[in-house]
Order: sequence, then structure tokens, then C-alpha cells
Amino acid sequence: MKTTTSLRSLLIAVPVMTLMACSSGPSEAELAAERNRVAAEQAAAQQAAQQANQEQVRMEAAQRLQQAQEMAQQERDSLVSMQTIYFDFDRSTIKSDFYSVLDQHASFLVKNSAQTVVIEGHTDSRGTPEYNIALGERRAQAVETYLLNAGVSASQISVVSFGEEKPAVAGTSEYAFAQSRRAVVVYK
Amino acid sequence: MKKILVSSIVFFAYLVMSVTNSANAQLNIVITEGVDNATPIAVVPFGWEGEGVLPGTISDVINHDLRRSGRFNPMTMAKMPQFPRDISAVNYQQWVDKGINTIVVGKVKDLGNERYQIDFQLIDTLAGSQLADATPVLQNGQLVAGQSQLIAGRTLTVTGQNFRQFAHRISDIVYEKLTGQKGAFLTRIAYVVVRDTKTVERPYQLVIADYDGENELALLSSKEPLMSPSWSPDGNKLAYVSFESGKPQIFIQDIYTMSRIKLTDFPGINGAPRFSPDGKQIAMVLSKDGNPDIYVMEIATRKLTRITRHRAIDTEPAWAPNGKELIFSSERGGKPQIYRVNLGNKRIKRLTFEGDMNLGGTITPDGSELVIVNRTNGNYHIARQNLADGALQVLTTTFLDESPSIAPNGSMIIYSTLHEGTQVLSLVSLDGRFKARLPGVAGQIKAPSWSPFLR
Repeated sequence: MKTTTSLRSLLIAVPVMTLMACSSGPSEAELAAERNRVAAEQAAAQQAAQQANQEQVRMEAAQRLQQAQEMAQQERDSLVSMQTIYFDFDRSTIKSDFYSVLDQHASFLVKNSAQTVVIEGHTDSRGTPEYNIALGERRAQAVETYLLNAGVSASQISVVSFGEEKPAVAGTSEYAFAQSRRAVVVYK
Repeated sequence: MKKILVSSIVFFAYLVMSVTNSANAQLNIVITEGVDNATPIAVVPFGWEGEGVLPGTISDVINHDLRRSGRFNPMTMAKMPQFPRDISAVNYQQWVDKGINTIVVGKVKDLGNERYQIDFQLIDTLAGSQLADATPVLQNGQLVAGQSQLIAGRTLTVTGQNFRQFAHRISDIVYEKLTGQKGAFLTRIAYVVVRDTKTVERPYQLVIADYDGENELALLSSKEPLMSPSWSPDGNKLAYVSFESGKPQIFIQDIYTMSRIKLTDFPGINGAPRFSPDGKQIAMVLSKDGNPDIYVMEIATRKLTRITRHRAIDTEPAWAPNGKELIFSSERGGKPQIYRVNLGNKRIKRLTFEGDMNLGGTITPDGSELVIVNRTNGNYHIARQNLADGALQVLTTTFLDESPSIAPNGSMIIYSTLHEGTQVLSLVSLDGRFKARLPGVAGQIKAPSWSPFLR
């Protein structure tokens, strides 16, 4: 039974080796503990890193969203600062100078379909109040038509004419008249 | 019912406040043209039979009325040769020597309990001076106009609050006896006052006042524009346009109960309401079908009839006195001109051709003349055009004239104009000879509307 013999010698040898190990370095248990400790540390570090990473991603996303919102707000603010379209005397045709402004309003409104606007039509004080109500409406409708043609949804736009009742600048100077002949895109 | 009561109390309280607020906004009058060709007359200060002082200034009111009509030039008190209280004390020759052929005399008697008896007589001094026996005759305790020098005389009992009204009534009688035309002194005007929109919270006000600017009463104050007041033919209601909800809506408001109804709330323009002569319908401008057209709504049923159908602007409807036609402004011929539409067969006829454009038309109460805003060489003036022969006469020389409204007797036009940068009301007689300005104390005053005759 040769196999039995060699197995037996092995059985003797193992405790010897164990004893040897005991005297010359860390025990197997210690090694295992050490390995566990390192693994745990690594896992913790990894988890921390992962968390940090996730946090970073979250923050970046929030930042990006905030940035996007800020940009939309900025865009809206800049659009609000150029909300007035001026007209020539007794005219309701949109002058080419205002195409780019209206294009910007249109692209913003197309991107932000929940945003609604009221287009106010105004005139100078010449002519009768009732005629000017009609003329003011025609100016506001000219702006409405431009925005519709640029792809803005009809549900985003409403129109109201104030005629000569709300002049932008009081008085009867040519300047006052010119400032008052206008359509105003009002963001709601 | 209770709710209505509460809201009327609130409204009333609000009204009292408004009256207090607007007490200094009364219109004054500055006559700018036309005193020279007016008839001299003297209104002698009325005598007073009672304790203390006369609780009103009847003769002052009559003087102002007559002067403001443009037809009379009342003599100042300082120039009067005598102060008779009734016809028996009149020295006819003294008045004729001063160039005064007609005088008004009267007296007020205190009956107690705020009640007064007012007697007045309108006397032809020229006829009196020519008659040898010019003594009035008493019959059954009444002075009888058997003599040609007594043109009119009345005795009436009034309460203290009605002094001004009674004075206006006397002015009406004097005016009618001497001109043959009914007086319009017992009337009111409605108008819109716009105060500084930057500092006043509710700068837009709808106001009514006696025709002379007295007894001003604010019907409504708003943050948003008010437009186009127009009287019902019984003088009890006003139709107007309010933007208080951010868009134009037509309301009808009772000026006594202050209750109001929202008549229209269509998409787009709801404008230029005008009561029909029978008070049952309102002509208006709506753009709900695409662009401004003329419609007529039956008030009781809200049934709407479309009168014009054109892609050009149609606006400013006004009724012919017969109630069977409307005139309106239309751009269908290029620039705005006045057209007339027959409500029966809807046939349309152009009425104006002179000038760059004609707008804001109304027809005089006798149906013979058109009063319009005429633009010639860029200037906006009030003009009249005879409907029979088409002859046009420009009546005003003021700046940016608009919103003409005619007195119910057809004698005078009130309109809005620009004076030294401020919108004010002005008057011009239908013949263009008399002109006056009615500057308000506070703010811009616009959209005047003259009431019908009131009782």
C-alpha cells in the first residue's frame, strides 16, 4: 500500500511545516486577516471612489441642468430685452430689421413649447381710438403670423390690441409717435 | 339677493370715495372763439325772500349756460342799469339803451324745510320800450303773457339740492324761446380720464358729469384702459369697453344702481359699442371672425347679426336717427372713409370723398349732417358734411381732434383734442363759429359722449 505510506508521511510533514511557519513569519490566519483587511480597505476605497464619482456625475448633471436653465433664462431675458417691434406710420408690415429678433423669439418658443406669449399691438395717438384699435390688432397679428410661419404653435400665442391707449412715450413729438407704434412680445 | 345687496353697498362706498377723489378734476371752460357774434342778454341776479343768504346761484348757472351755448353774450352784473326782481320793476328803456333787448329776472322764496319757490320771467325789453302801456296784467293771481314783452314766465317749487337743475331748466326755456331750438343744458357727458400711469394705481377712470362739468361722478377706476362710453337713449345706462381682464370686453352699466353686465367677451376686438335709437340693440366691432367687422347685438337675447363682411378694417359704427341704417369707417377703398349700410338689405354706399381720410362719423339728430374726423394734409380736424349735397366744412383748428359727440339738440359738438401736450375736451358749435376748451385739472381727458335729453 504505497499510497497509504506517502499519505501518512504527508500527514506528519504538515504539522512540522506548520510549526516552522509559526516560528519564522505570520500565521496563515494572520495572512487571511491581513488579506481580508486589505480587501475591505480596497472595497471601501473603491466604494468611496464610486460614491464620489456618482456624486460628481450627479453634480455635473445638476450643473448642466442648471446651466441649461440659466441659458434658457438668459435667452428669455435677452429676448425680453428685445421684445418690441416698431412700425412705420399707418403701417403693419414688419420691417426686415426685426426679422432676426423675431427668428430668435420663434426658435426659443419652438424649443420651449410650454412657454406662452401675448403679443400686444399699439399705435401712436394720431387717428381715432377705434381705428387705432384695429390698426394695433393688425400689427400684433403681423407678428403672430411671422412666429407661426417660423414654426411656433398657435396655442403658444395670443394677441391683444391696445390701440393708442397705452403710448410708450407720452407727447406728440415724432420720437414719441415712433416709440409708440409697436408690437410687444410679452412672455407669460 | 343678499350678495347683490352687499356688492352694491361695496360699490356705493367705493363710489363715495371716487367722488371725493375726483372732486378736483372738474372741467373748466375757456371760450376761445365766438363771443362777438353772440346775442346780448342780461340775467339779473335773482331776488331772495328768506333768512340768511340765497342757497344757490341760479343766475350764475344760467349765465354760464347761455354763454357756453355760443348763442348768447350775457351782460356782466357791473354793467347792469338796475336789478329788478320781476317784470313790474323793469325799466325797459334803460336796458334798450345798454343794447340789451332781452332780460331774465326772477326771485327765490324760502318756503321752509329746504323747499323754495322760484319765479322767473323772460322779458323782451325792446318790445316793452315800444309799448305805451306795457304793464303786465294779473289774471287769477298769475302774470299773463298777454303783453308781447313777456316771452315766458314760470313758477316752480324745488328742494335745495335741485337748484342747479332748475337753473338749467330755466336756461333750456330761455334758449328754446329765443332760438327756436330745444336747449341741451339738462344733459350729461361721459368721458375717460387717464391719470399718470406710472404713479397712480388705477389711472383709468370712467366719469360722468353734468354737461358743464359739475357733479362729476366716477363710475369705474381701472388699472387697464377704458374706452368708448356711449349712452343708452333713456340716459340711464352706459355701454363701454374695459380692458380690466387684460383684453377688451363690452359692458353695460346702470349709472344709478351701478350694476353692470358683461355683454361680450369674444376673441379679438370687442369695441365701439353704440346703443340703437330704440335702446334694444347695440352696434359693435368684433374681430372674432378674422378682422374687424360691424355687428349688431340684440341686448335681451344676445343674438348677434353680422352687418359687414370685408377683409379691410370696418369700425366706428353709428346709428342713423331712424335706426334703419348704420354709418361706419372702412378701409375697403384704400384709406379709411365713411360708408353707410342699410340694415334691411345690407347695401353699402360710400359717403365721404374729401381729404386723405375720414373717420369717427356720427349723424346729427335731425339726420341731415354727418360729423366726422377729417384728415387733410396730415391734420386731423372735426368736420361736418351735408348728407344731401355732400358739402364739407372743417369746423376746428385744434390739434389731433378725435371722438366727436353731438349734443342731443344738434347745436354743439364735444370732442377730444390735444392742447399743449395734454388731451382735453373741447366744444365747437355745429356752424363752427363758437369754440371752447374744457380743460380738466388732473390727467388726460378723452372719449367724450354727450347724453340724450334728461328729465
